[in-house]
Amino acid sequence: MEAQKQTTMVVFSGDLDKAMASFIIATGAAAMGNRVTMFFTFWGLNILRKEQHVPVQKGFLEKMFERMMPRGPGKLGISKLNMGGMGRTMMKHIMKKKNVASLPELIQLAKELDVEMIACTMSMDVLGIKEEELADGLKFAGVATYLAEAEQSRVNLFI
Amino acid sequence: MINVDVFVDAKGLSCPMPIVKAKKAMDAMESGQVMQVESTDKGSVNDFQGWARSNSHEVLKTEEEGGVYRIFVRKG
Repeated sequence: MEAQKQTTMVVFSGDLDKAMASFIIATGAAAMGNRVTMFFTFWGLNILRKEQHVPVQKGFLEKMFERMMPRGPGKLGISKLNMGGMGRTMMKHIMKKKNVASLPELIQLAKELDVEMIACTMSMDVLGIKEEELADGLKFAGVATYLAEAEQSRVNLFI
Repeated sequence: MINVDVFVDAKGLSCPMPIVKAKKAMDAMESGQVMQVESTDKGSVNDFQGWARSNSHEVLKTEEEGGVYRIFVRKG
């Protein structure tokens, strides 16, 4: 029996469209029989934020970041034609009409398919995001963990 | 006539849901059993070829009728 196929991905962007592309590829890869690892760093961490406010100790700048960045998959903007959120609303409307799975549905599906999600601890530190503020079931690690997986992987993307 | 063991209805679903649904159903099947998938996603015919190749399954036949793609896959 050959070793299991593997796909790895760096999710750097916190844009809705890119997040959707990431999760479509991740769930698709899992359906292709791949072990999938997603490494969330910088703005990509916002995809994993809980939508409700979580009270944690933070400094002034960290609090500013917390307010200015989108809290969770429902708040992300699109990378082009966002127009202060109008573009996002239109995009969501069209996708629903065309029966495309929503981002929260895709994230749930990825969990069901055992897609491993890693949050980059260095970026969390920079952006002042605490473990409690992120979705459950994540692994917290750094670049070496990601690279160890990527070295075994045949598909590796940066989104 | 192909003997079908498992039927997967993916009509109305868009990428990547048809292969995700097929994968879930395939996991519960035995090698040699045949799955019939029905999908309305235009990419499905090519997608299932790729999916089957990558997982050593065999696409026995594909057909289209009124916008519904019917794909028969034997589990490898």
